[in-house]
Amino acid sequence: MDAQKFVIRQISIFSENRPGRLASIAQALGEENVNILAFSIAEANGFGVVRALVDHPEKAYEKLTSCGFNVAFTDVIAVQMKDKPGGLFEIAKVLGDAGVNIEYSYAYSGKKAAVLILRVDHIDDAIEKIQKSGATLLERSIFH
Amino acid sequence: MFWDKKIETLKPADLQDLQLRRLKKTLHQVQNVEFYRNRLNSAGLKNTAIKTLDDIQKIPFTKKQDLRDGYPFGFFAVPLKKIVRIHTTSGTTGKPTVVGYTRKDLDTWANLIARNMTMIGISEDDVFQNMVNYGMFTGGLGFHYGAEKIGMAVIPSATGNTRRQIEMIRDFGVTTIHCTPSYAMHLSEVAEEMDITLDSLKTGIFGAEPWSETMRHTLEARLGVTAYDSYGLSELFGPGVAFECPERNGLHIWHDCYLVEIIDPKTGERVSDGERGELVVTPLVKEAMPLLRYRTGDVTMLMEDGCLCSRSKKIQRITGRSDDMLVIRGINVFPSQIEHVLLKIPEVGNQFMVYIDRINHLDEMTVDVEINRGYFSGELADLAKLQKKVVKELHDVLELRTTVKLVEPGSLPRFEGKAKRVIDRRGDM
Repeated sequence: MDAQKFVIRQISIFSENRPGRLASIAQALGEENVNILAFSIAEANGFGVVRALVDHPEKAYEKLTSCGFNVAFTDVIAVQMKDKPGGLFEIAKVLGDAGVNIEYSYAYSGKKAAVLILRVDHIDDAIEKIQKSGATLLERSIFH
Repeated sequence: MFWDKKIETLKPADLQDLQLRRLKKTLHQVQNVEFYRNRLNSAGLKNTAIKTLDDIQKIPFTKKQDLRDGYPFGFFAVPLKKIVRIHTTSGTTGKPTVVGYTRKDLDTWANLIARNMTMIGISEDDVFQNMVNYGMFTGGLGFHYGAEKIGMAVIPSATGNTRRQIEMIRDFGVTTIHCTPSYAMHLSEVAEEMDITLDSLKTGIFGAEPWSETMRHTLEARLGVTAYDSYGLSELFGPGVAFECPERNGLHIWHDCYLVEIIDPKTGERVSDGERGELVVTPLVKEAMPLLRYRTGDVTMLMEDGCLCSRSKKIQRITGRSDDMLVIRGINVFPSQIEHVLLKIPEVGNQFMVYIDRINHLDEMTVDVEINRGYFSGELADLAKLQKKVVKELHDVLELRTTVKLVEPGSLPRFEGKAKRVIDRRGDM
């Protein structure tokens, strides 16, 4: 099945919760000419995980690792939504109706459309259901 | 097997008689040392004041600093012409501590080493490579003379040139080695690089630095030896003070030569058997340099249970230094305990820092620990789980709730010399 082409690699970076950590991450990615499409920070008890969707995940991984960061790839999916009122509702309803459970999510508003990035528990299942619902998933190939 | 079965298995009553006789002799011997004459005088203690072994508690402790203050020969109880050997121990600060031996001291010491090695089944049939410093460090010559006394083939290889050491083990059919546990680890790595298996090895004697049970399993698997813990300090001759028997559950300390007390390092009061505290030793057979109630700074306990080998009371493996001991909400905590816990959790590193604060009149302990690079899954939930696990494991061992902070790999300070892993921010208490 070609569901794999919709599995997108998010980079997850372990970070202590102290001043300057995000700046270091952003600087490293900037030096490597990696563009960040979207990111979020999850925090728990003195440390956090910075999650980012970047245009060159492999390059970002190498660079951050060489800078000493602890980095992992996490599989996510990205669903396009209309960048206008009600856009999120449309997609969220599709997901809810399809019984897709969201572990976490964040979004960005791009030139063409807004995009909802999702980490779900059963990714293959989610891809299938979202496709059936008629919503558009971004393909892995746009990230190099 | 026994080197001196009669003395090693003395009945408690006979042992106490012997100890008391030897203690009285030692009290006589220390009269030759100005420091002790003054000490005992100002404490108002005459020799006749010590009638039982328990009376020793009237005598003030001797500390390492006292020995340093006596530099160089202030603690010698015999004229220099009776001294046949001098060793020194490196001090982390200031002058070294000087220890001296008479001819009889050297013989007593060699016999103690012979007891230890015989206890673990080493005999004149064995080939022994002694891979420790042969200079001022007591571990080199101490083991050398003990092993020769048994009649083993002794290879005084000392330290360095690890490839040569490995070739000798292979070519000479070495069965027994003595070194620090960290050098043993290095040895096994170099042997692996050289693609040499050390098939003749049977026994590894490791000492001079603390090492964990995890380290024991690793060394045994890598070197194909049975690993034994050896304890000693120069002030008490050197190695040979206490040693594991084949049970490898605690170390037999030689009570006929060393009068053992375990004290609370804060109050100086004795603690019961089975309770952890600082090891205090009064050597009973030293001629050149007798000491009274010497505070070793090492933390252990007298074990309540007897031993299958029928020798007398054991001490637990050394778990740390009393000067590192922390009292958190009334509970004694040794940084080494934290280290042992962390060693058992593969997801975190071995480096750590401990911070102690007083918040709302309550002591709070925070442990910073690095997560291991390979274990980061990218999921926050896994990190939170790991954090909980470390908290729980620490609680199980310390009986204390701690705050655990996971930090980035490589971010904690690395110490080359003496590690300073504890920062007490409680201020005046």
